[in-house]
Amino acid sequence: MLSVTGLTKSFPGVRALDAVDFTARAGEVHALIGENGAGKSTLIKVLTGVYRPDAGEVAYAERPARFATPLEAQDAGISTIYQEVNLVPLMSVARNLLLGREPRNRLGLIDFRRMHREADEALRDLGVRVDVRRPLRELGVGAQQMVALARAVSVNARVVIMDEPTSSLEPREVRTLFGVIRMLRERGIAVIYVSHRLDELYAVCDAVTVLRDGKVVHTGPLADLDRLRLVALMLGREIGEVADEGVTKFTGEHHAESEPVLRAERLSVRHRLSGVSLDIRPGEVVGLGGLLGSGRSETAKAIAGALPPDSGRVTVAGTSVRTGSTPAAIRAGISLLPEDRKAEGVVPGLSVRENIALAALPRLSRLGLVDDSRVDAIVDTFMRRLRIKASGPHQKVGELSGGNQQKVLLARWLAMNPKVLLLDEPTRGIDVGAKAEVQKLIDELAQDGLGVLLISSDMEELVEGSDRVVVLKDGAVVEELTGSAVTPDALLSAIATTGGPAGAEAGAAGGPAAPQHLRETS
Amino acid sequence: MTDLALGRPAADRDHVLRLLQTYGVYLGVAVLLLVNILFTPHFLSGENFRTQAVQVAPVLIVALGMALAIGSEGVDLSVGSVMALSTSLISLYLGYGVWVALVVAVLGGMAVGAANGSLVAFIGVQPIVATLALMVAGRGLALVLLPQLKDVRDPNMASLGSGALLGIPYPVLIAAALALLVAFVVRRTTFGRQLLAIGDSRPAAQLAGLPVRRVLVLVYVASGALAAIAGLLATARLSASDPTSLGNLMELSAITAVVVGGTPLSGGRVRIGGTVAGAVLIQLLTATLIKHDLPPSWTQIAQAVVIVLAVYAARERSKR
Amino acid sequence: MTTGTTSPADPVRTPAHPGADAPTPDRAARSERLSALAQQHGALVTLVVAVIVASLSFDTFLTADNMENMAVSSAFLAVVALGMTFVIVTGGIDLSVGSLFALGGVLAAWGSRYGTAVALLLPLAVCGLVGLVNGLLIARSRLAPFIVTLAAMLGARGIMLAVTDEGSKTYLVDKDTFFATLGQGKILGIGAPVWITVALFVAGAVVLRRTRFGQYVYAVGGNEDAAALMGAPVARTKIAVYTLSGLCAGLAGALNAAWLVSGVTILGSGMELEAISAVVIGGTLLTGGFGFISGSLVGVLLLKVIQNVINQIGSLDSAYQQVVSGAFLAVVVIAQTWLGRRRRVL
Repeated sequence: MLSVTGLTKSFPGVRALDAVDFTARAGEVHALIGENGAGKSTLIKVLTGVYRPDAGEVAYAERPARFATPLEAQDAGISTIYQEVNLVPLMSVARNLLLGREPRNRLGLIDFRRMHREADEALRDLGVRVDVRRPLRELGVGAQQMVALARAVSVNARVVIMDEPTSSLEPREVRTLFGVIRMLRERGIAVIYVSHRLDELYAVCDAVTVLRDGKVVHTGPLADLDRLRLVALMLGREIGEVADEGVTKFTGEHHAESEPVLRAERLSVRHRLSGVSLDIRPGEVVGLGGLLGSGRSETAKAIAGALPPDSGRVTVAGTSVRTGSTPAAIRAGISLLPEDRKAEGVVPGLSVRENIALAALPRLSRLGLVDDSRVDAIVDTFMRRLRIKASGPHQKVGELSGGNQQKVLLARWLAMNPKVLLLDEPTRGIDVGAKAEVQKLIDELAQDGLGVLLISSDMEELVEGSDRVVVLKDGAVVEELTGSAVTPDALLSAIATTGGPAGAEAGAAGGPAAPQHLRETS
Repeated sequence: MTDLALGRPAADRDHVLRLLQTYGVYLGVAVLLLVNILFTPHFLSGENFRTQAVQVAPVLIVALGMALAIGSEGVDLSVGSVMALSTSLISLYLGYGVWVALVVAVLGGMAVGAANGSLVAFIGVQPIVATLALMVAGRGLALVLLPQLKDVRDPNMASLGSGALLGIPYPVLIAAALALLVAFVVRRTTFGRQLLAIGDSRPAAQLAGLPVRRVLVLVYVASGALAAIAGLLATARLSASDPTSLGNLMELSAITAVVVGGTPLSGGRVRIGGTVAGAVLIQLLTATLIKHDLPPSWTQIAQAVVIVLAVYAARERSKR
Repeated sequence: MTTGTTSPADPVRTPAHPGADAPTPDRAARSERLSALAQQHGALVTLVVAVIVASLSFDTFLTADNMENMAVSSAFLAVVALGMTFVIVTGGIDLSVGSLFALGGVLAAWGSRYGTAVALLLPLAVCGLVGLVNGLLIARSRLAPFIVTLAAMLGARGIMLAVTDEGSKTYLVDKDTFFATLGQGKILGIGAPVWITVALFVAGAVVLRRTRFGQYVYAVGGNEDAAALMGAPVARTKIAVYTLSGLCAGLAGALNAAWLVSGVTILGSGMELEAISAVVIGGTLLTGGFGFISGSLVGVLLLKVIQNVINQIGSLDSAYQQVVSGAFLAVVVIAQTWLGRRRRVL
C-alpha cells in the first residue's frame, strides 16, 4: 500500500535515514520500532509530507508519490494519529469529526441534526459511544484518540500511522484501541504502529521493522522474533556477545560509601511512574536502564523537582527535599542535566560565560551585583578543566557543537558544588571524541565523591559506566543489577521480561495503589 | 564546492541583514540628522536640540521599561495609563509637598506594575491580556482621581520641568541617567542576567532553578515605576495634570522605539543603546515632518509604516 | 454521561467505554460543564441583577426614554464588538477598531452629500481595506496581531486627520437624506440603529454557528496547527475576520454619524478597549476557540447599564465606568485563565 525504497534524509551533521526500505501492506499492522534517534520520526515525517527526502522513492498504492504538505498526504488517504491528539479541544466531538465536511441544508447552513447523527454513527462503528455534542476536551484521552481515528477512517484513509498512541491511555482504553486496530486491519487498511511497549507490539502487530541509526536492521513477521532478540536488535547488541573492555572511557571502579547521599522513595506520577525507589551512594554511578518511555527521564525529573510527583519522597544526605520545586532540589545539591539539551538545558542566546554562571549567579553576586572577577575565575576554571572549545567565553552557546554545549551545562552544575548529578543521556548527539571526554569526566566526578545517576540508551555506556543498574519498565522498577551482574545480557533480558512486578497494566494505571517493588536498601 | 558557491551569497545577504537590524537604527538617526542639517532651516541650534531632547525624554523613559518587559518575552500595554495615573496622583498629593507627591506617583506606578506582574507570573495570564486590563482600569482610575485637566502651580515642579543644569534640561538628564541605570542593571546585576535567560528560554531557566516568578514581577514593577517617572516629568513640563490625554498611545511609541532599536519581540535580548536611538529616531522623524509643514496626520501614518517595517524586519531574524 | 458501553451489534467485541466510569474524568466533566455554564450565562445573570437593582434604585432608569437612549447608544459599540468577537475567537485581537470607527463616521458624513450609497459604501470600503491589510500582515507575514493593529490604529487616525484638515473640519449630514434616517429614524418607537444592530447580530450568530466558515473560525482559534492539518484554510480565515472587523467598525462609525448627523472626529478613542471588554465579559475566551455572539451583546449592554447607573448617581464621575469595566475584565480574565489551567491539569 505504502512503501519506500532507498530513502535517505540528512540534516546538518546527521544522516537521519540511510537507504531505508520499508513496506506497509494493506490489511497489515506493521510495527515500527527503534530507540531515540533511530530515524522513526524522520521516516514518519517523510511519509506524511512534513519532510522531503534527499534521495529514494515513496510509492503509494503502486504509484510514485511525493507529498508536499501533511494535508496533501492526508487528502491522499494517509492519516496520522499523534500521541498528542491533534484536534480542537474546545469544539464538540461532532464538529471535530466533520470539520470541513459538515452536512449542509438547502440554505448552505450546517444541518446539526444530520451532523450529530453522522458523527454518532462514525463513532459507533468503532465501538465508541459518546455524546457527540460535548466539547472534545471533556472526553478522556483514549476517547479523543478514537475521535481522531474516526475522523481518519471517515476521510477514507487507506494508511493509518499511529505514533505512540497508548502513552497516556488507561489499560481499558488500550484494549478498545486494539479492537479498533484489528477492525481497521479487517477493512484492508494498512496500519503503521509506533510504540516502545513490547507487550503491545506482540498483542496487535503482524510485522515489524526495526530501525537503528537511520538504517533498517530487521524487517519481517513479528511472530518470527522473540522478545529478547527484538530488544537486542533495537539496542544493537547481540546476545552472548560480550562487550570488549575499553569501548568506553569508563573504568567502572568506584569506591562507594555505605550511606546513600540520595534516596528516592516510591515516586509516583500519574500515567508515568508508579512507585519508583532508588538510592545513590557518594562516589557511585547508578545506571537507569530501560526502553524509551519506560520512565527514565521522568524519574530524573521527579527527583530534580521538575516533575511534581503525586506521592513519594526524596531525601538528600538524610534531609527531606520538597518535591516539585527545582530551586529546592538545587539547594539540596541535586543537579539535572536534561535530556533535551537545546530546549531545556542551554540558553542559546546567552554566552558561554553567562550560561556557566547562570545557576550560581546569586552566589557570585554581592547585593545583586554580579562580581565579574569571580565569574571570570569560575568560567575560566571550568572552561579549562572541561576543555570547552569555544572562540572565547563570550561566544553564544547556540553556536557551539553539541558536545561543548553539554560541557557548558556540566560546568553550570559543577559550579554549584552538587552532591548528586542526574545525567539524562549525557552523550547523545555528540561526536566520538567529546563523548569519550564526557565519559571520562563522569568517572572522575564519581571518584571525587559525587553520586551520579546515569541514563543512557547506549548499552556499553550504561554497563561499563555504572556500578549498579536499576531497570525500569512502564514506569516501575523491574530489576536491579549489581556488581558482576551488570552485563549487557542481563540488561537485555531484564528489559525484555514480560509483565514484571508492575507490568503494563498496573504501570499505566499508576498511583500508590499499584504494586510496589520494594528493594532491600543496603 | 557547489555547496559553498551557493551558500556564499545567501550568507552575505544574511550578514548584511543582521548588521542592518543591529545598527540600522543608528544609520537611520544619522540619515535623518543629515537630511535635517541640509534642508531644515535653523536645525543646528542649541535651542532646537534642547526642545527635541526634552520631547523625547518621556518616551525614552517609558521605552526603557518596555525594553525590559519585551526582553522577558512579554509586553506592557498599561504604560500610558500609568502615566495618566501618575499625573493624577501628583495633583492630588501636591498639597503634602512636592516630594510626597512624586513618591506617591512612583509608588502608584509600581503598584500597577505589581498587579501586572502578578497576573503574568502567578496566574499565568498572557502579558498582552493582563496589561490590557490594567490599561483600561488604570486610565479610569486616573480619571476618577482627577476628572479633568488641572493646572499644577508649584515652583519645584516648574523647575523640574524647565530647569537646566549646564544648559541641559533636567528631564533630559534624568532620562539619560535612567538609561545608564537600566543598561547597568541589564548588564551587571543578577536580576538582569536572569531576566535575559528567562526571556530566551523559559524552560531552561526554570530547570536551572532561577526565581522566574520573582523576576517577572520585578520586570513589570520596574516598567510601572519608569512609566510613572515619565508621567511626572511630562506633568512638570506641561505645568498641568491632564489624565484624559497624557500618555495616550504611549505604549505604541515605546514599543516602536524598542523594536526599531533592534530588541526582538521574542525576548532574550535587551538593547538599551538601540532603544535610546529608536526613541530619538521617531522623535526626529516626527520633527522633520512637522518642520517641513507636513500635518500631524502624515506623522502618524509615517510612524505606523515605520512600526510595521521594523516588526517585519525583526521577523526575518526570528525565523532563523 | 460522556461515554457509554458498546452496543451488542458491535463489530468488535471489546468493552468500549474509554474513561467512562473512572471517577476523575467524570468529575472533570461535571466541573467542566459548570464552568462552561458560568462562562455562558455569568454575564447574563449579572446583567439581569444590574437591571433589577438599577430600576429599584432609580425611578428614571426603567423609563421608555432611558431605555431607548441606552439601546441606541449601545448599538454602535455592539456592532464594533460583533466584528471583534470573530477576531477574538480566532485567538487574535484588533486594536484598530476605535480609529476605524472615527474614520468611518467622518467618511460617511463626507460622502453623504453624494447620496446614501456613497455614505455607506465609502467607509465600508476604506475600513474594510484597512482590515484586509491587517489580516494579510497577520496571516501571511505572521506578524503579531496586537502590534499590527496598533499600527493600524495610528495609521487610520492619521487618515482621518488628513481627511478632516487635521481634525478642524466637521462634515455635517443633511437631515433630510435617507442616510440620516438610518440614524435618526424610528420603527415602532425604536431607533433604526437598534434594528440594524439586531439584524446584524442575528446574521453574525448564524454565520458563526451555522456556516462552515464559522467552524473554521473556532478551529483556528482552538488549535491552529490541528486546524491546518484538518484542512481548514487558516490564513484565509484570519484575513476574513480582520476584514470583517474593519467592516463592522466602519459601519458602526457610519451609523453613528447618521445618528449624530455629523462626522465627529474626536470619537472612538478607547473604543477598542470597550469592545474587547464587552466581548470578554460576554464569555469569549481571549485565548481563542470559544465564544458566542450573543454573549458579546450581553457584555455591551452590561457595560452600558453600568455607565447609565453611574450617570444616574450623578455625583460619580463617568470615569468610574472605565474602572469598573477594567476590573470586570481583570476578574473575567483571571477566572478564564484559572479555569483553563485547571482543565489542563485534570
